Amino acid sequence: MSAKAEPWQTAEIAGPKKALLILKPEVVVAMVKRAKRPILIVGHHAAEDYSDDVKMIDYAIRMSKTTGIPVVATAHTISEFIKRDFHSVTCMPAMDIGNRLVDPEWKGLDGKGPYDLALFMGLPYYMEFVILAGLKSFSTNLKTISLDRFYNPHATWSFPNLSVKDWNESFEIIVNKLGGE
Amino acid sequence: MTRKRVNIKIKELKSDLGVIRDLELAFGKVIEEKWDEPMGPTPFPGMTTLRDWDMKLLQRYKPFYLPFCDVCCLCTFGKCDLTGDKRGACGLNMAAQQSRIVLLACCIGAATHIAHARHLIEHLMEKYGPNSPLDVGGLNIDVEAPVTRLVCGIKPEKLRDLEEALDYCEEQVTHCLSVTHTGQEGSNLDFESKVLHVGMVDQLGMEIADLAQTSVLGFPKADPEAPLTDLGFGVADISKPTILVIGHNVPSSVGIIDYLTDKGLLGKAEVVGICCTAHDITRYSSMAKIVGPISWQLRYIRSGLADLIVVDEQCIRADTLVEAQKVKTPVIASSPKSCLGLENRTETPSEKTISDLVEEKVPGVLILDPDKVGEVAVETVMKVAPKRNRFKIIPKIEEVIKAAQECTECNECRRACPNDQPIPEAMKAAAKGDLNPLAEILESCVGCARCDSACPNDFPIHSFLVKAGEKQLAKEKFKMRVGRGAIQDVEIREVGQPIVFGDIPGVVAIVGCANYPHGGKEVAEIAEEFAKRRFIVVTSGCAAMSIAMVKDEEGKTLYEKYLGAFDAGGIVNVGSCVSNSHIAGAAIKIANIFAKRKLRANYEEIADYIHNRVGAVGLAWGAYSQKAASIAAGFWRLGIPVIVGPHGAKYRRMLLGRKDREKDWYVYDARTGDKVYVGPAPEHLFTTAETKEEAMVLIAKLCVRPNDTSKGRAIKLTHYIDLHKRLYGVMPDDIHLYVRNKNDVPITMKNELLKMLEEKGWKEMKIPDPTLLPRLIRKRKGE
Repeated sequence: MSAKAEPWQTAEIAGPKKALLILKPEVVVAMVKRAKRPILIVGHHAAEDYSDDVKMIDYAIRMSKTTGIPVVATAHTISEFIKRDFHSVTCMPAMDIGNRLVDPEWKGLDGKGPYDLALFMGLPYYMEFVILAGLKSFSTNLKTISLDRFYNPHATWSFPNLSVKDWNESFEIIVNKLGGE
Repeated sequence: MTRKRVNIKIKELKSDLGVIRDLELAFGKVIEEKWDEPMGPTPFPGMTTLRDWDMKLLQRYKPFYLPFCDVCCLCTFGKCDLTGDKRGACGLNMAAQQSRIVLLACCIGAATHIAHARHLIEHLMEKYGPNSPLDVGGLNIDVEAPVTRLVCGIKPEKLRDLEEALDYCEEQVTHCLSVTHTGQEGSNLDFESKVLHVGMVDQLGMEIADLAQTSVLGFPKADPEAPLTDLGFGVADISKPTILVIGHNVPSSVGIIDYLTDKGLLGKAEVVGICCTAHDITRYSSMAKIVGPISWQLRYIRSGLADLIVVDEQCIRADTLVEAQKVKTPVIASSPKSCLGLENRTETPSEKTISDLVEEKVPGVLILDPDKVGEVAVETVMKVAPKRNRFKIIPKIEEVIKAAQECTECNECRRACPNDQPIPEAMKAAAKGDLNPLAEILESCVGCARCDSACPNDFPIHSFLVKAGEKQLAKEKFKMRVGRGAIQDVEIREVGQPIVFGDIPGVVAIVGCANYPHGGKEVAEIAEEFAKRRFIVVTSGCAAMSIAMVKDEEGKTLYEKYLGAFDAGGIVNVGSCVSNSHIAGAAIKIANIFAKRKLRANYEEIADYIHNRVGAVGLAWGAYSQKAASIAAGFWRLGIPVIVGPHGAKYRRMLLGRKDREKDWYVYDARTGDKVYVGPAPEHLFTTAETKEEAMVLIAKLCVRPNDTSKGRAIKLTHYIDLHKRLYGVMPDDIHLYVRNKNDVPITMKNELLKMLEEKGWKEMKIPDPTLLPRLIRKRKGE
C-alpha cells in the first residue's frame, strides 16, 4: 500500500491540519470499535462500478449489518440500497447531514445523542473534500474517516490513493475484522 | 423621477442689496415627479438599511461553512491558519473568513455586471443619445424596470435616467468591497448580510444593462414567440469567412453586423458566438449563430473554424490569444477589461491595422471603438480566411494513437480533471485504435484543458478528445429560441394567481454556466421534466444553450416542442446573463401587478411576499463564476431558494434550513398577529445537489410555500412525492411537515398518506396569511 499523502485531485491542497493516512485497514476497525456513536454516509458513487464484482455500497451494507452502524444515503443512493433489499438506511442530502453533524445540539437520527465518528464513502471527491473541511473546523468531538480509495486530506483519517485491488483487500479486512471478536 | 444637474453662474448682479459678482449655484438634483405612487420606505438602501430583513432570513437559513481553503493569505500577517477555533492575526475566525470570501466573490460578480452596464450605457448614450426612450415590451409592459423601481424608487424612462441607478450600484459595490479589507467587519452574519446586499445591487446592475440594450438595439421585447436561432458546433457555413465572437458585452459584435449590413456583405461571412455575447448578437440579428456555451471555446478555436476572433469581456479564456496564434487566427480585443497585452490600435487608421493583421505582423490588436472593430474585423476576415484555409491543430487519428501508445497512464491528467474523467483508461483504449472512450469523455468535458497542462509528456489531451468526437461535433446543429427579454405584465396577470395559490406548481429558473458534472444533457433532461409537469421553466445564459442541445426522435429540440410563453409548461429563454434580472423581475411583478403590493422602494415587503407566496426556485447546475455567486445572492435576498450542482459546493457555504427544528418555521398570520407554524417552506435558501436526481426532487420540494391553497399544496406534493418515489425508490419521510390539513393530501395518494400521517403523530395546522414582518400584521391580538 502506498504511503504518499497526496490529494487525489492535484490542487485540492489542505492544511496545515491534514488527514492521517490509513496504512493498515485495522486502523479503521479500531476507530469503529472505539467509537460510541458512529455513522456511515454513503454517496451515489458507491453504487458505481469500481471493479467487476464489488461495489462500495456492498461493503457499506456488510459493515452496517455487521456493526449496526446507522447509514445515511445521500442524493438518490437510497434506491440502490432498496434494490439490494437493505432498508435500514436514512435518506438525506449530503449538505443536510453535514450541517447536522456540525450542530452540537443535534441528537442524531435516533434522538440518542451526537455522533463521535462519521465515515464517508461515495460522494464526489470535491464535495466530500469541502464537507470534510466544514466538519474539521466546525464540529465538536467528531472524528471523520474517508473510506474512498483516494486520499481526502480534510478527514481525520483517510486511505491514500489506492488501486482498486488494494482498496478491495482493505475493505475485506475491515468488514471481516469488524465481524469478529 | 429624473435627476438633472443644474448650474447657475452669474457674472455680475446689481440689486438693492448691492452688487454680486461671480456667483455660482449648483443643484445636484431636481426632482421631476412623474410617478404617482408614494415613495416607499427604503429608496436607494445603504448597506445596513435592509439588515433586519437579512437577519430574519439568516436566522432561518443558517450558513453551513465549507472551507475551500484552511488559511487566509490576504494580508502580510499571513498566511494564517484558521482551522477549528483558531483566529487569524487580524482576529477573524474561519466562519467570518468564509463569509468574507463569499462577499468578495459577490462583489467581483456584481462589479462585473455593473461595469458591463456602465460601458454599455456610455456607448449607447453616445451613439443613440441620452434621451433614447426605454422600451422593453411596448404596450405589454407598464412596469418596465421592476428591480430599479423596487430598489431605487425611481421610474426610468430614458437612457440617461439609468445613470442614477448605476451611480448607486457603483457606490454600494465599493462600500461592500471595502468591507472585505482586513480590520473591517468581524461578524460572519454581517458579512452575509452584505452578501445579500451586493446581490440585490447586482440584480439592479443586470437590469440596467438589459433594459438599455433591449430598448436601444431592438432586441426582442418580451416576445414569447422570439425567433429560433441556429446553435451548435457545426452551425457555421465553413465555405465562408467566419468571425467568432466571445464574451458578454455586445457592442463590438453589433459593430460587425452593422458593418456587414452597411457594406452589403450580409451572407458573405459568418458571425458565430460563444457564451452570452452569442445570446445577445442573436437577439440583435438573425444572421448571427451560436456555437455553444463557455466550455466550447477551446475546441472551436483549436479546430481552426474561426478565421478571426473578437473578444469583449467576461468568461473568455485568458489564453485565447495563445491558442489563436497556434491556428493563425488573428484576435481583436475590444474591451478595456480584457486587453490581452495587445497594442491599442483604436486611433490607428483601419487600413494599417487590417494590413498588419492580414500579413501576420501582429497576432492581434486592441480596438476600443465598437464600430471600428466592425470594420477591421470584417475587412480582415475576408482577407485572412483564404490564407488560413481552416488551419487547425487537431491531430490526426494516427497521431492520437501513437501518443496513446506512449502514454504511461501516470494519472496526472485524471487528477487534474475537475470531473475525474478516466482519461488514462481512454488512452489505453486509444492505443489499441479505439477512440470511443475519448469521445465519451468529451461529452462531459468542461473544456478547461487542465489535462493538457498536467501531462508530463505535453500531450494535447483536450485536442485528442476533440479529434475523437470530431464527427459528432460536426453534426451538432440545434434550434434555440432567442432570448425574449422581460416577462409581459399581461402574462403576470394570467399566471400570478395560479402561481401564488400553487395551481402552477412552481417557476424553475435553470440558469448559469457550464461547469457541469456530466455534461449539459442533464440540464435539458431537468428542463423537460419540469416543463412536462407544467411548471414554468425559465432559463438564460449557458444553461439556455445546453437545454437546446438535445433532440428527440423527431429531431426536435425542447425549444421547438415547448412554448416560449411565461406560462405552465413553457420553456422561457430570457437571454444572456444580464437577462437574469427579468426572472427576479417576474417574481417582483407578481407581488406588484397580481397582488397589488406597493413596489416603489418597498423591498422588504415585496421580498416577504415572494418568499412566502411565489414558488420559485433557481437551479445553477453548472455555476462556476463569481457572477453566478452574485446572481444567486440577489435571489436569496428576495427569499428565492437556489440549488447548485455538485461543483457549487466550492462556493464555500450553503444557507440551510433545519426541518427538524420546529421553532425555525413560524410566521405571523397577517390577519391576526398569531405566530403560526408553517413547516419548512421553503426548506433551504442555498444548497448543493449531488446528482440530477437529487436536484429534481429538491426543485419540486423547494417550490412549496406557506401561502399555498390546499389545492395548490396537493399539486406540489404530488410532484414532490412522485419524483421522490420514481428517483429514490421510496416515499419521502417528511410529508407530514407539509400537510396542513387533510385537503392538502393528494387525492390519489390519500390512503397511503393518511396512514403515514397517523404514524407520525401528525396534527392539523392552520393556513395563515403569512409574513415575517410584524409591521404587516393588520390586526393584533386584543385590538
